[in-house]
Amino acid sequence: MRGLQILVDGFAISTLYALGAIGFSLIFGVSGVLNLAHGGIMVAAAVAAWYIAGPLGAGQYVGALAGVGCGIIAAFATYGLVVRPIQRSRAIPRDETEIFVLTATLLWGIMIQEAIAYFFTDSPITVRPLINGVVDIFGVRTPANEILTAAICWVSIGLLWLLVNRTRAGKTLLAASINPRGLTLLGFELSSVYLLVWAIYGVLAAIAGVLLAMFLGTSSNNIGVLTASAFSIVVLGGLGSVSGSLIAAYIIGYLETVTAYLISPTLRTIPSLLLLVLVVYLRPQGLFGRR
Amino acid sequence: MRIVTALIILLALASLPFWVSAYILAVLTVAYYFGVFAMAWDLLFGFAGEVNFGPTFLIGLGAYSAGLLDNHGVPVWLCVIAGALAAVIGGFVLALPALRLRGPYFGLITLVAVLVLQQVIVIFAGVTGGEIGLTINDVLSVDSGHNYWLALAFLVISGLILYSFSRSAAGLILQACGQDAIEAQALGFNVAKHKLAAFAVSALFSGLAGAMLVFYLGTASVDTVVDISVGVQIIIAAVLGGRRTIVGAAIGAVFLIVAGEILRPLGQLNTFVVSAIALVVILFFPDGLVGYLLRRGERA
Repeated sequence: MRGLQILVDGFAISTLYALGAIGFSLIFGVSGVLNLAHGGIMVAAAVAAWYIAGPLGAGQYVGALAGVGCGIIAAFATYGLVVRPIQRSRAIPRDETEIFVLTATLLWGIMIQEAIAYFFTDSPITVRPLINGVVDIFGVRTPANEILTAAICWVSIGLLWLLVNRTRAGKTLLAASINPRGLTLLGFELSSVYLLVWAIYGVLAAIAGVLLAMFLGTSSNNIGVLTASAFSIVVLGGLGSVSGSLIAAYIIGYLETVTAYLISPTLRTIPSLLLLVLVVYLRPQGLFGRR
Repeated sequence: MRIVTALIILLALASLPFWVSAYILAVLTVAYYFGVFAMAWDLLFGFAGEVNFGPTFLIGLGAYSAGLLDNHGVPVWLCVIAGALAAVIGGFVLALPALRLRGPYFGLITLVAVLVLQQVIVIFAGVTGGEIGLTINDVLSVDSGHNYWLALAFLVISGLILYSFSRSAAGLILQACGQDAIEAQALGFNVAKHKLAAFAVSALFSGLAGAMLVFYLGTASVDTVVDISVGVQIIIAAVLGGRRTIVGAAIGAVFLIVAGEILRPLGQLNTFVVSAIALVVILFFPDGLVGYLLRRGERA
């Protein structure tokens, strides 16, 4: 009974982690950027969805869509205002671009956090579920929205797979992650590839953010933790490996759920942190890393 | 010429307790301890090339070790030394993965180290005071002037030691290891030894400063010495002041704390404004304030 409960709840949370982390992984794979404002974008989308659906009274569907729109805007802002200026700056040495991107996106994340806290709220919010009702899965009473959440996540991941493997634009992305120089030599504009990947990233992060806010609730104070968890999932799975992130998300999600149910909810993150340290130490490239 | 200017500035700072209010002294005292944090971080990042997202792991170890020992009746000076030692041990623990991992991977380990330390403190709330914080019975001094001088002297001495270390032969080798470990190794330098030394020195000063800070504040809490946001502030301070300058890190820290205090009337927005200023500096003056001035000085 309890085992089944863990199975069901763990599945939903893991799927959300996966969706959140895949975008993060994609950006790193294609453009080599570790975006530490990741949690900020997720929460910005969630807060927009909550504000438009609740206080503005537009209903949960419009709210969720507006949240996703807001996430795309936030992703473009991150790219246009923070990442791109650093990559193009002549004053920053090439080999130090990485640390500048890390520091700058970290600052940007803090700015998003403070702006949300100031203009909206810093207390926890919950976005209203898209559908109501409870479904009985072999005796485990599961909110219908939890099932919908997992379904939306998997559809998004499936669409991403189709996009990357079956369309011309997606294959360009793949090529950019393998050899950006070769791609430019073939006459492709790298900056438009980057715009596309940030757009995809915005959609994925925003959907994950809005759904997470429906499932667990969220607040501007969560931004750091969300970034850290996406970062650890991606490193655990192997930087740049999307399928690795997917598997790592399930490992972390289930590990956390099992700990929370069987030991204590306060220890929730400890085993996954220790696992992460162990894996990074023994196998720095992650479980499924390329290098 | 530079030495004379530095001495005049130092004298001016040392005379502050005679003519400014205790409030300003208190702000500057904290700022000076932050200056040491930032300089110790700069040694690791700027010179050894290690992306350490968890300066507060070392600081927190020092602060909590000192605070816990004090609650068991150990004299203050011994607590401070023990805090520094605990931080050095922590530094070695961090250095082990650093010798094997590069860039983002090591950064993540340091981030996780902070999270684990934070969780441990919260879980053993019975001993550590958990999220409320640990009350400390002793203080360095009750007089704000004495506290200020102590902090200033500590900042200056740490600054001198760290600066001369960074300019010494060992510091140059360290810089070489940070920029190209393989080439440094090929030239016959022991990369592991130099990096370990950098971690030990950085941890020593982080731990000392952390331990002294808790005896100044009279409390050790997760929010003031361990939380990631504190670490972020230290990183911002060092980058703002100018990497690879040591002195710049201290100036950046003082600037950041003072600016945060001046902008306090903005309420919640002050962190936003400070972060925005730091972002603009990073985007337009990537060498930081001191780096920018140095470069202009060279050109003139």
